[in-house]
Amino acid sequence: MKKQAIIIIPAYNEEKNIAGVINGIKNVIPNTDILVVNDGGEDRTEEIARELGARVISLSYNMGYGVALQTGFKFALKRGYEYAVQIDADGQHDPEDIPKLLDGVFNNKADVIIGSRFLGKGNYRAPFIRRVGMLFFAWLTSLIIGKKITDPTSGYQAINKRGLQFYAGDNYPVDFPDADVIIMLHRAGLKIKEIPVNMNPSIQKKSMHSGLKPVYYIFKMFLSILVTLLRKAEI
Amino acid sequence: MPIRQQIFALIVGIAISIFIVEMVRRRKLREEYSWLWLITSLGIIILVIWYDLLVFITEMIGAALPTTTLFVFGLLFLLLIALHYSVKISSLTDQVRKLAQKIAILQSELDERKAESGEGRAESREGRAKS
Repeated sequence: MKKQAIIIIPAYNEEKNIAGVINGIKNVIPNTDILVVNDGGEDRTEEIARELGARVISLSYNMGYGVALQTGFKFALKRGYEYAVQIDADGQHDPEDIPKLLDGVFNNKADVIIGSRFLGKGNYRAPFIRRVGMLFFAWLTSLIIGKKITDPTSGYQAINKRGLQFYAGDNYPVDFPDADVIIMLHRAGLKIKEIPVNMNPSIQKKSMHSGLKPVYYIFKMFLSILVTLLRKAEI
Repeated sequence: MPIRQQIFALIVGIAISIFIVEMVRRRKLREEYSWLWLITSLGIIILVIWYDLLVFITEMIGAALPTTTLFVFGLLFLLLIALHYSVKISSLTDQVRKLAQKIAILQSELDERKAESGEGRAESREGRAKS
């Protein structure tokens, strides 16, 4: 496996899960650089990550998943990494899939490889409402970009330098990056490919399931997709 | 318009103008933000003195009473101010995000440098602090 890849883990108060994720990654690819972006959390996430040999970047205050993630991309770009993998800190993503994801960008199959939980024989079963929302946005995204996308919500991706440049740029929607990112990528001329991965359904995204968040999510996604389509293609 | 109303509106208009200019003078309010407010207070003063203009505008927009015209424009103005702030806040949010990201990255690089070059020094400093 070529070097120059960095694994980016945005984390907010994940002291319970972070060690498992980092150790999992180390088992699968022992000599890779791991970056934990601590999103203004106040627990021991940062300490644990450092003890396990990961590099930690700490944001001064909690700015959200997208901002933490983008911080990682900016760092990767600054340090001249050629490839990056983004993986969640809560243990939802199985590190076993990292080599599969990276293979896709190493072999130039696409600029962005998305790990889809719905492709293939994934064992993911989401709650009904959530599943309907995911299906709908998957359908809409596929329709717009003219290519079958099954899981635009997936935060498990591998990207190459072109992808990094786009993700680290000003057009990246740091507020809930989701289906709109895929449409933006497509319009910016980047190639996207999905491969099947396993996801652990028992882990719920706390940020996505509380109060009015899902309503805001749907509204924001519609708006974001609409204005993306109204804009000229940009990178 | 009764003379009392006129005097009251005139005082309000002038007071607001003076207050805004004074805030700008003391650098409590940036010029950038003051112009919208100044225009409003000027508008009030003009409409009070030139009542026919208010009547004309009232007829033009089809309002029944001159007071309605004043309320409509008052609301419209507040709407514009709020919108102006939303735009500003959006760009400020963006700037804050970029700053936070940059600081975080720089901090991590600084820590790395320190760890590389001055581990001994850091230890001796800690030792001194303890003793």
